[in-house]
Amino acid sequence: MEGMLFHAFVYLAAAVVAVPVAHRLGLGSVLGYLIAGILIGPVLGLVGAETKDIQQVAEFGVVLMLFLVGLELEPKLLWQMRGRLLGLGGLQVGLTALAIAALAFSLGLYWGLGLAVGLVFAMSSTAIVIQTLSEKGLTKTEGGRASFAVLLFQDISVIAVLALIPFLAQPEPLALAAWLSAAAGDNSAAQGAAGLVAGLPNWGYALVVLGAVATVVLGGHYLSRPLFRYIAESRLREVFTASALLLVVGTALLMTLVGLSPALGTFLAGVILATSEFRHELRSDIEPFKGILMGIFFITVGAGIDLPLLFGDFATLLGLTLGVMGLKALVLLALARLFRLRAGDRWLFALSLAQAGEFGFVLLGFCVQNGVVPTGLARTLSLVVALSMLLTPALFILYDRLIAPRLRNGKGPAPDTIEEEGTVVIAGIGRFGQIVNRLLVAAGIETVVLDHRADQIDLLRKLGIKSYYGDASRPDLLHAAGLARARLFIVAIDDRDRAVEMVDYCRRTYPQVRILARAYDVGHLYLLKQAGADLAVREVFDTSLGLGAAALRELGMHPYKVERMTRAFRRHEAAGLAGMYDLWDQDPDIARNLALQARIREHVGTLQDALNSDRMQLHDRTERGWTPPSRGFSREPD
Amino acid sequence: MSNAPGSTKVDEAVGRRRILVLFAHPSLERSEVNGPLAAATARVEGVTLVDLYAEYPTFDFNVDLEQERLLAHDALCFMYPLYWYSTPAILKEWQDLVLERGFAYDAAAPALQGKVFFNALTAGGPEAAYCAAGYNHLTIRELLSPLEQMSRLCGMVFLPPFALFGARTAVEDGRLAGHIADWVRVLEALRDHRLDLAAAAPRTKLNADLDAIIRGA
Repeated sequence: MEGMLFHAFVYLAAAVVAVPVAHRLGLGSVLGYLIAGILIGPVLGLVGAETKDIQQVAEFGVVLMLFLVGLELEPKLLWQMRGRLLGLGGLQVGLTALAIAALAFSLGLYWGLGLAVGLVFAMSSTAIVIQTLSEKGLTKTEGGRASFAVLLFQDISVIAVLALIPFLAQPEPLALAAWLSAAAGDNSAAQGAAGLVAGLPNWGYALVVLGAVATVVLGGHYLSRPLFRYIAESRLREVFTASALLLVVGTALLMTLVGLSPALGTFLAGVILATSEFRHELRSDIEPFKGILMGIFFITVGAGIDLPLLFGDFATLLGLTLGVMGLKALVLLALARLFRLRAGDRWLFALSLAQAGEFGFVLLGFCVQNGVVPTGLARTLSLVVALSMLLTPALFILYDRLIAPRLRNGKGPAPDTIEEEGTVVIAGIGRFGQIVNRLLVAAGIETVVLDHRADQIDLLRKLGIKSYYGDASRPDLLHAAGLARARLFIVAIDDRDRAVEMVDYCRRTYPQVRILARAYDVGHLYLLKQAGADLAVREVFDTSLGLGAAALRELGMHPYKVERMTRAFRRHEAAGLAGMYDLWDQDPDIARNLALQARIREHVGTLQDALNSDRMQLHDRTERGWTPPSRGFSREPD
Repeated sequence: MSNAPGSTKVDEAVGRRRILVLFAHPSLERSEVNGPLAAATARVEGVTLVDLYAEYPTFDFNVDLEQERLLAHDALCFMYPLYWYSTPAILKEWQDLVLERGFAYDAAAPALQGKVFFNALTAGGPEAAYCAAGYNHLTIRELLSPLEQMSRLCGMVFLPPFALFGARTAVEDGRLAGHIADWVRVLEALRDHRLDLAAAAPRTKLNADLDAIIRGA
C-alpha cells in the first residue's frame, strides 16, 4: 500500500510539476510527460522496476483514446475515408517497411530481420500525434485528417504484422521448427494471443474472431442504448460513469481473449456509439480517465529510457533516430504529393508522423520472443523508438514556428480551410427548446441538443430529432457538445437557478459564444442578463400578448388597430425593462426596493397613454417641442 | 449649383452634402445588382446607408429615429429594385409614417426644405419599354410622379432617377461594374457640390450623360 501510494505520489507530482511548465513553454503536454518520466526514472531513480507494470495499466489509456476517437467518427465518415485509409495508410506502412528492409539488406543483414525492423519503424505514435493534433486544434485540417487515416491504418495493420513476424525469423535450426509449424498453418494468427483461442484450428479461430466483432457491433448497437437509458433514468451519475468504463473494459477484454487488439475493438465500439444519443455523455465520462492514463503512459516511456546505453553511444543512436525519421518523412512527403495535399498540410502530415510509436515497443518485444530480432539490437532499437517520440514535439514546434507562419505570410490570401460551420448548442428540449430547434434545423442550421431526461430524448429520436442525453449544467458535457466551437448557446431549460449558473459559466469560459436564454419572469430575465446573457426573453410574454390581441379582436376591435396596440405595448415594455434594470440592480428584492416599486407603478400607468397615442410611438412628448401637441400624428386613412 | 439656396443644409465643417440612402430590397440574398450597389454605397465617405428591411423586418418603424436621420442629412435617396412601377412596400410605409404632417409638410419650418431627393432604382424591363411607344407606355420619370410630387410638397429638390434597365441580365452582359462606377461618381459629385442640379433636373434619367452634369474630377 505504502509503495503504491509512494509511486502514485511520485508520478502525479512529476506530472503536476513538469506538464504545466512544458505547456507554458509551448512544448505541448506530451513532451512534458516524457520529461517528467526521465526526471523520476533514469535521472533521480525514484521509480524503477515497477514501470513495466504501470505501463500495462497506462497502455489502457491508448485503448480509451481510441474509443474516444471512434466516438467522434460516425460509420458514414469512416466509409468516406476508406480511400485514404487504404491508399495513404497502406502505402505508408508498405513503402517505409520496404525502404528500411532494403537498406538493412544492402548492409548485409538478413532480409527477414530488415523487414521486421522496417515494420517496427513504420508505426507512428497514435498517442502522441492525436493528443498533439487535438491540443493544437489541427485535427480538422487536411493534414490532420490524412495523419489520422494513416494512424488508423497502422493500428489495424498491427494485427496482421503480429501474424507475419513469426515467418521472418532466420531459418536456423531452432527457429526453423517454429517457422515450419507456423507455416503449416498452426494457429498462426493467434501466436501472440492467449486465452480462449489457443489450440483452435484456423477456421475455428476465424469464427471466434467474427463472433467477437459481431458481439461488439450488435451489442453496441442494440443492447447498449436500453442499458444506458435504464441507467440514466436512475440519475446516478457515478453509475453511468461506471457503466461507460464497463463498456470499454468489457470490449477490450473480449478482444484480448480472442487475440485481437483491444484498442481496435474499442475503436469499433466507439464508432458504433458515435450515432448514439449518449455520445457526449460517454465522451465526457471517459475523457478524464484517458487523459490521466495517457499521461502516465508517456511518463513510463520517459522513465524507461536506458540512459547509460543512450549516452554510451549517443552519436550513433541520434544518427539512427534522425535517419529513421528522415526516411519516414521522405516517404510521407512523397505520399502527400501523390495524394495532392496542399503545401502546409503536406508538411504537417510528414512531420507529425515521422516518429516511431508505442506499437514499436510491442512489436519489438514480440520480435524478440520469436527470435526475429536479437535482444541486444532490440534494446538499441527501443531507444531509437523512444528518442524519436521524444523528438516529435520538437517537430511540431518546428511546424508551428517555421512552416505555418511562412504559409500564412505567403503571397495572396491563405487558402481557405473548410471550417465546420458554427453550430448552435441548445440546452433543454422541452416545449420551449423544441420550437427553437425546429426553426433552426428547418433553416439548415446544425444544432446540438442536450437534455437530462432520457425518456424525452428517446421520444425525440423516434421522431427523427437529433438529440443527446446529458445534464447540460455540467461543464464537461457542454465542452463535449462542442460549445468551444459553437456560435450560439441557447439556454432553454426549466430550472431557473441552473439556467443562470449555465449562462454565467458559459460567459466566463467561452466569452466568444453568444448566449440566448429563456427567462421565467422579469426578475429571472435580469438575473440572466447580469450573468452575461446577450438576449433573454420571457417565456410566456409573446403568447400572452398574442392571446390578449385575440381577445381585443373578439371584442370587435379592428385587427390592424389591435396590431398597432400590441406593437406599442411591446415597445413600452422594452423601454420599461431597460429603464428598471438599474433600480433592480441596487436591490433585486421588489418588496423592499421602494424606488423600483414606484417605477413599476409609473410603467403600468403610462401604458394606456402609450397605446392610445395616435403616433403609435412611445416617447416623451416634451421632447417634441417642434410638433404642435394638439396635432400629433394625423395620417389620413387610405 | 455650389451656391444652392440658403435652405440647403451643408455640413459646416466639411462643406459637403451628407447623403442618406434608404435601401429597400425584400430578398437581398437573391439580388445580383442591388446588393453590390448597396455595398459600394456604404464605402463612399459621407454617405449613410440604411437597410430598411433589415432594420424594420416587421415594418415597425421608429419614427423619431427616422426623422432624426432626415434632419442630419442634406440629401435623401431611395434605393430599390422597381416593384410594380413603384418602390417595394416598405418605402411606401416609411413615407406614410415618417413624413408626418407638421414635420415634413404643413409645418412652420418644413424639415426637408431645400434637401435633394432622388431615386436609385433597377428595372427588369429594357429601357426601350419605358416610353410612349414601348409596352410600359410611360417613361421611368413619369412612373415616379407620386414620388416627385411628394418631394415637391416637402419642399425638396427632385432629381431624375439613377436607373439601370434590363437589370436581370446586367451581370452576364458585363454592365454591373460600369454602373457601380457611375453610381459612386454621382454620389461623390453630389456630396462635393460638383453635380449641376439645374442641368440634371429636367432629364428623364440621371445617368444618361454624366460628363454633362458633373464638373471637375
